[in-house]
Amino acid sequence: MQEGSVQEAHVHAPPEGFVRKYIFSLDHKVIGKQYFALALVAVFTGMILSWLMRIHMVWPNAKIPLLEMFSKNGAPGGVVTPEYYLSLLTMHGTLMVFFVLTNAPFAAFGNYFLPIQIGAEDMAFPRFNMMSFWTTFAAWVVLMLTFFIPDGPPIAGWTEYAPLSAVGRDAGPGMQWGASLWGISIAIFCIASLLGALNFIATTLDLRARGMTLMRMPLCTWAWFITSCIALLAFAVLFPACILLILDRHAGTSFFIPSGLVISDRLQPHSGGSPLLWQHLFWFFGHPEVYIAILPSMGIVSHILINSMRKPLLSAKVVIYSMMSIGFLSYMVWGHHMFVSGMNPMSSLAFSFPTLTITIPATVLTLIWLGSLYGSNLQINSASLFALGFISMFVAGGVSGFFLAQPSIDIYLHATYFVVGHFHLVMGVASLFGVFAGTYFWFPKMTGRMMSESLGKLHFWITFVGAYGIFMPFHYLGLIGNVRRYQSFVDDFMTPYIGWHKFVTIAALITGVGQFIFLFNLIYSRFKGKVAPENPWSATSLEWTVPSPPPWNNFGGRHPIVYHDPYQYGVKGSKGDFVMQNSPEQAVPASGD
Amino acid sequence: MSSSIAAPSGSRPDAVPQNRAPARVALSARRSSSSGIWVGVFAITMSFAAFTSALFVREGTADWGHLVLPPILYVNTLFLLASSGTLEAARRYLRRSEGAAKSGSWVAITLMLGLGFCAGQYRAWLDLRGQGIYLATNPNSSFFYVLTFMHALHVLAGLIALAYLAYRLTIRSGMVRRGVFDNTAVYWHFMTALWVYLLVLCRMKL
Repeated sequence: MQEGSVQEAHVHAPPEGFVRKYIFSLDHKVIGKQYFALALVAVFTGMILSWLMRIHMVWPNAKIPLLEMFSKNGAPGGVVTPEYYLSLLTMHGTLMVFFVLTNAPFAAFGNYFLPIQIGAEDMAFPRFNMMSFWTTFAAWVVLMLTFFIPDGPPIAGWTEYAPLSAVGRDAGPGMQWGASLWGISIAIFCIASLLGALNFIATTLDLRARGMTLMRMPLCTWAWFITSCIALLAFAVLFPACILLILDRHAGTSFFIPSGLVISDRLQPHSGGSPLLWQHLFWFFGHPEVYIAILPSMGIVSHILINSMRKPLLSAKVVIYSMMSIGFLSYMVWGHHMFVSGMNPMSSLAFSFPTLTITIPATVLTLIWLGSLYGSNLQINSASLFALGFISMFVAGGVSGFFLAQPSIDIYLHATYFVVGHFHLVMGVASLFGVFAGTYFWFPKMTGRMMSESLGKLHFWITFVGAYGIFMPFHYLGLIGNVRRYQSFVDDFMTPYIGWHKFVTIAALITGVGQFIFLFNLIYSRFKGKVAPENPWSATSLEWTVPSPPPWNNFGGRHPIVYHDPYQYGVKGSKGDFVMQNSPEQAVPASGD
Repeated sequence: MSSSIAAPSGSRPDAVPQNRAPARVALSARRSSSSGIWVGVFAITMSFAAFTSALFVREGTADWGHLVLPPILYVNTLFLLASSGTLEAARRYLRRSEGAAKSGSWVAITLMLGLGFCAGQYRAWLDLRGQGIYLATNPNSSFFYVLTFMHALHVLAGLIALAYLAYRLTIRSGMVRRGVFDNTAVYWHFMTALWVYLLVLCRMKL
């Protein structure tokens, strides 16, 4: 075959039959929706778990209807036991971090839009892609099984710290089979994520359309690409850690269990292991995981903001380089989760420095967003509101990171609600705001229907005010010295502050109810929404050049040619103030500049 | 075949993108899978780097001892090194016309050597068990079993790919995509290199 010729890259035939079309589909768009649906189930499960925790914390004797049917041991008479509170905590964290924050912004939207945005027909390995979703699904099933075994879910937290996570039954309820299932579930999840990341990288490198140079890729594609490079490294380390944990639990090895450890009055039959080793392996994954959650949202938000401002960012290149440096630095900072672990204080200093350095690219990104917004004619809709909300949450949650990055301050704050407030805002809520923005923006492309704008705006305001209502008080509670992970504070020095916790609980209930507006909007608009045109936002990137929803092979067998960078806004084009990426017309600056 | 690049409606099919020449044409499946295999190799390297760093951390503790490696490991190493050589021989025949059958035979020999390696590893585990050294006996034996077993699992995946190639080249009379062959070769040589690394690591540290 001669150089420069094009092979017909029909990676698979059109799907036929219900199973091939909707269940074991090879189509990246169906797989993206499957990830989205799984994340939706997981996020509502995780949210209800957080409700149960919040209710138990401020009304420890409250009888929660139906809960006894769900877990006889965990909630006798509907009252949550202290141990079951920890089970809820573990499952809330695990579901949210793995099945929501990893799946929704990265796997779901990335799967759906990365191939279209680079002009490809599908992912590089459609079969691997299908496998990664169904492996993720299997991981979710294994995790959810812990609710239905007599032992109950594990109580070790989503970080599953050794040695308690490694010794089994003696460590408490849920630590026999619950913790084993947790380890198996996460190991499976690692394999799925590795397959997914491999697919994203190969697709981005090799399946770009003609003219789609790397620097012409939309910012969200860049974010997904960088994220997949991070995920590849991170999950490749968590997987061995899970294997070693499972061996400690079931094969009698001593990787993480030290000598002479007595738990529940029983000397553990292990010797010489290092609990710190688990923390090192876990956080070597765990910190990059934070960026796996937030980077895709940064990309999505940049993509949407540019469209709503009708002008490019101050510098798309700097955004790309900033995201790259965040990805690179994310591997040097894991020790900042371990300042109070008994690690050598010199190492604390060594981890503190890159942690503070990472605030530089993060600040550069924020300044670029804000600087670009200055003087722009921003169109306000649900998508752009959530994009603005993202910046707000990212800044509010990020600022507390400056404090926590310094060992001397972190030693005081580490085990308090200050940290809970910090990571929920910067990693959880900010990332979810990116997901919401992406949903309102791309829903027309994914379903062919518009979402309701008024419901979307209502959803935004409830979520925006609610999220601050929940997480800002946490910072103050943390400064007072409110220890995190405790199940109640009724009769200690915290008594005067119970009112704050009640406020947080009520805010959480209201914000949670607000999310059902989003769910209703999704379902209602899917069937009754206004029919969406091909390009409802007058956007420029390739996903808006195909019908809504796109056909199974995206471009109908044609190969798009790309002529521009993706953000030709604020120009004089034949269709308006923008020029599409695949349009050969020369963009004319709109006025004088 | 440039006519198979269909331009989107409304644009000239022969137009040169304005800012710069196009980076690359829409690429075939072969190229994509060649990136994929290197990304996969990178991920596996990272996994074993994690096992290695766990070993370095664990090495410092009081109960760290010494493990005499079963001598058969050196024979196994020769098997694996030889298999990389025979796979290259198979590749040389692939370039010639009518070379498919011969290439297939060399792949089959590679497959046999790979199976021999796995059998040898199994024998090494039996040797250790015969001496009363099990997975949980001491940290050295734990790491030995974990590292060799994880490597063997990856080798098994390579064996499946080799079996597929041998089948296509011999029984199905030579129809094999070049990219599949090349990727299998990258993976298989990586398995050999990884094993040499693990052997040196076990020899020096366990």
